[in-house]
Amino acid sequence: MSNEAVLHGSHVGVPHHTEVHHDEHHHHETFITKYVFSQDHKMIAKQFLITGMVWAVIGGLMSVLFRLQLGYPDSTFPWLEDILGKWAKGGRISPDAYYALVTTHGTVLVFFVLTAGLSGTFANFLIPLQIGARDMASPFMNMLSYWFFFAASCVMLSSIFLETGPFSGGWTAYPPLSALGDASPGSKTGMDLWLIAMALFVVSSLLGGLNYISTVLNMRTKGMSMTRMPLTIWALFFTAVLGVLSFPVLFSGFILLIFDRNFGTSFYLSDIFIGGKGALPNEGGSAILYQHLFWFLGHPEVYIILLPAMGMVSEILSTNSRKPIFGYMAMIGSLFAIVVLAFLVWAHHMFVTGLNPFLGSIFVLLTLLIAVPSAIKVFNWLTTLWRGNIRFTPAMLFAIGFVSLFISGGLTGIWLGNSALDIHLHDTYFVIAHFHIVMGVASMFGMFAGIYHWYPKMYGRYLNNTLAYIHFWLTMIGAYLIFWPMHYEGLAGMPRRYYDYSIWESFKQFIELNRFISTVAMIVFAVQILFLVNFFYSIWKGRKVTSQNPWGSTTLEWTTPIHPGHGNWVGEIPEVYRWAYDYGKDGHEFIPQTQPVGENESHH
Amino acid sequence: MFFIIAVIVLVFLIIFQIAKASEYVAVLKGEERGRKQQNKVNGFLMVGFLVAGLIGVWWCNELYYPKTLLAHESASVQGEKVDSMLWITIIVTGVVFVITQFILFWFAYKYQESDKRKAFYFPHNNTMELVWTVVPAIALTVLVVIGLRNWFTFTSDAPANALQVEVTGKQFGWIFRYPGKDKVFGKKYFRDIDEQNGNDLGQIWTDDKNFDDIVVTQTMYVVKNKPVKLIIGSRDVIHDVGLSHFRMKMDAVPGTPTTMWFTPKFTTKEMKDRTGNPNFVYEISCDQMCGNGHYSMKGIIEVVTQPEYDAWLAKQKPNYYRAFPDKDPSTQPATPVGKDSTTTAKAPVVKDEKVKL
Repeated sequence: MSNEAVLHGSHVGVPHHTEVHHDEHHHHETFITKYVFSQDHKMIAKQFLITGMVWAVIGGLMSVLFRLQLGYPDSTFPWLEDILGKWAKGGRISPDAYYALVTTHGTVLVFFVLTAGLSGTFANFLIPLQIGARDMASPFMNMLSYWFFFAASCVMLSSIFLETGPFSGGWTAYPPLSALGDASPGSKTGMDLWLIAMALFVVSSLLGGLNYISTVLNMRTKGMSMTRMPLTIWALFFTAVLGVLSFPVLFSGFILLIFDRNFGTSFYLSDIFIGGKGALPNEGGSAILYQHLFWFLGHPEVYIILLPAMGMVSEILSTNSRKPIFGYMAMIGSLFAIVVLAFLVWAHHMFVTGLNPFLGSIFVLLTLLIAVPSAIKVFNWLTTLWRGNIRFTPAMLFAIGFVSLFISGGLTGIWLGNSALDIHLHDTYFVIAHFHIVMGVASMFGMFAGIYHWYPKMYGRYLNNTLAYIHFWLTMIGAYLIFWPMHYEGLAGMPRRYYDYSIWESFKQFIELNRFISTVAMIVFAVQILFLVNFFYSIWKGRKVTSQNPWGSTTLEWTTPIHPGHGNWVGEIPEVYRWAYDYGKDGHEFIPQTQPVGENESHH
Repeated sequence: MFFIIAVIVLVFLIIFQIAKASEYVAVLKGEERGRKQQNKVNGFLMVGFLVAGLIGVWWCNELYYPKTLLAHESASVQGEKVDSMLWITIIVTGVVFVITQFILFWFAYKYQESDKRKAFYFPHNNTMELVWTVVPAIALTVLVVIGLRNWFTFTSDAPANALQVEVTGKQFGWIFRYPGKDKVFGKKYFRDIDEQNGNDLGQIWTDDKNFDDIVVTQTMYVVKNKPVKLIIGSRDVIHDVGLSHFRMKMDAVPGTPTTMWFTPKFTTKEMKDRTGNPNFVYEISCDQMCGNGHYSMKGIIEVVTQPEYDAWLAKQKPNYYRAFPDKDPSTQPATPVGKDSTTTAKAPVVKDEKVKL
């Protein structure tokens, strides 16, 4: 028996339904319509996922490069000059390149990986499958959403190859720095391309978001009331609402910035004298206005990134604990509270801009209020584990990792949200540690959990478990080793976005720690390559899925064929009779949502 | 380099092959049995991670706590409040951190899959949910109250006797202005900036309040135990006056002046002894991304005693004399002020009354 036969040959095949089309109209699919300009939500989800993964590799590689500079500021690496040319003259990354890398890393990871790659993938994949719809409300708009994202990606990528370099003023792009090409070479053409890419991205995000909202509201199958929906759908729904309400505000901020850059207006500019250039004509603008517009998206953006992860983690924790999620209604309520508060806390990024102290105090109150729904979620997750019968699938491990990271990173938010402490910690490594743990790594863990959990549904095959376990444990350990010690750097006041600390008497004591962090970062990046290999290898060679419902899950996506075609269900869409979390009820292992409520069934 | 890459690739291949092989073994042994074994291993690793993690947290603290600012007393009176608030927050969040992480990993270990146990159907419990809504809310209220009391203290008006210094950021350095004997800053306007003629700030020379204003770069002198009020602005992009030893920070925004005040407790000399670092200086770090030289935008604050400060101040010349050297009484004591026609021509004319401080 060959190895392949061991994996795939010994099973009695469950009939595959790929060839059977769901209903009367049998449309002819070409390679182009099936894999490129596809209108099937599942294919679009995969497109988002793989594009997101490409960006994650690029963004991750960028962090490896700038960590190289932070960890080894005195060393030279001749091979860097071979790769980067003038950006690494003599084998050392130049400050221009360093800031370009930091900026692009931030932009790409926040928007392209953790927004498009995360909610783009899973909203597309899960919403129709879990609510019982054949596709999105508008499959065409859905396709456009991906291709606008693709266009944004192309523009952003092309900016890396400019002679003046990509934008290098930080992912928040505060003017006047981002408005004035004379203030920084990255603010020349690089910033134009950055703005175009972001504008395209906003369009993509709006097209997607409107589609998600209308699909969830209108296209649920019979019996799928809002309060029977899995928490993934609730989270993805709220994410879309956040995006639709806040991205336009960001867009307006960008429009004003484009005007200031190109058409001589003074929305953000006033009283500026550029060394070597002279005084600029602009007067009367406010640089702080941009920050208000930016953070009105920028803060909800954090939750746009985090909520899908929360939703998937809730679903995965419950499925693999073989227990209902604890406090389903409280989970929805806390999601809702987070959504509302997300719009009311943006100025906590601006405590030290000279904001009116009274206004600041309101934002302190509202910011710390977010800790309450967050605490509810954590305690509910912990209670979900309590007295469960836990299966450590790779998805479950990442879900548990998510909860751990969310606690660690969430608690430091209580420090930073309190303005009197923020005065001290603002823009130090403490902030870097905080948001990387709570938003970056935690959401990444949510994404991994989602990929491992729904991979069998996406490709009809499993990922290799051993690689998955290695991937989880090394990433988990690595994430803490990288970001935990950064809190100490922050408590020493060490500012973020510094190219070199060696001239600073107050901050140079961390050189060895920086070297350690950089080394771990490189190892963790290498471990992600293991995941990539696993991902792409398993698409074609992974162990085949032989049962329709491999995780013993209650939700609708596992009632579709192993390889669902466009339209998802063969024949009628199933009807739903109960909520999504009847695990371990009345002695049953699990009761699918499609099973009618029995006569003697207990009421929860 | 190629050797390293080759080694990495080799390690990858080995891991990959082992992973494949273990999958075959699992299938041959029976998937269910293999899965249960993996479950046990991961359950054990959960509790292992918890123990190693908590030891790691302690060890990290041993190593790096002495290198943080918490290991030394705050150098400003206001900073003491920041520190005490920091400690309260550390204790509150630290307790929650240890308890919740412990519960998370302990539950994961304890309730790992076992044939002997059935999962407990427990969908909700209003009392529990109420408790963990109310308790965090109370704890946070306490933190908010402490925080806001401090916040309003820090952002209140500076005492009347405060030393006033105007701080202006530019790419990539700091300019400081002292109001001089009249204790009033002269007006300035950004179009009057003329670096060739010694007018880095755009002081308007028709305003006589400017005649005694002192402008220095790089190092700012302040007095121990005397409140100092900084009036902060920027000439080009947004900067930030970061004073980590004083636990203070404020953005420098072009077109919009901001303020911050604090009371230094120790002179620079005293801090050298307290920190045991003979090279100690109070550094001003720019904490807001301001361009490619951001990391080098350093200023120094020299905290001295009142007599030392007076001596330093007496040595400083008003910037007016830098712009108009011929009016400097120390160089040309014989020439009466204002008679030289060439100088008057050189003085920029103020066209616009829209002047900001």
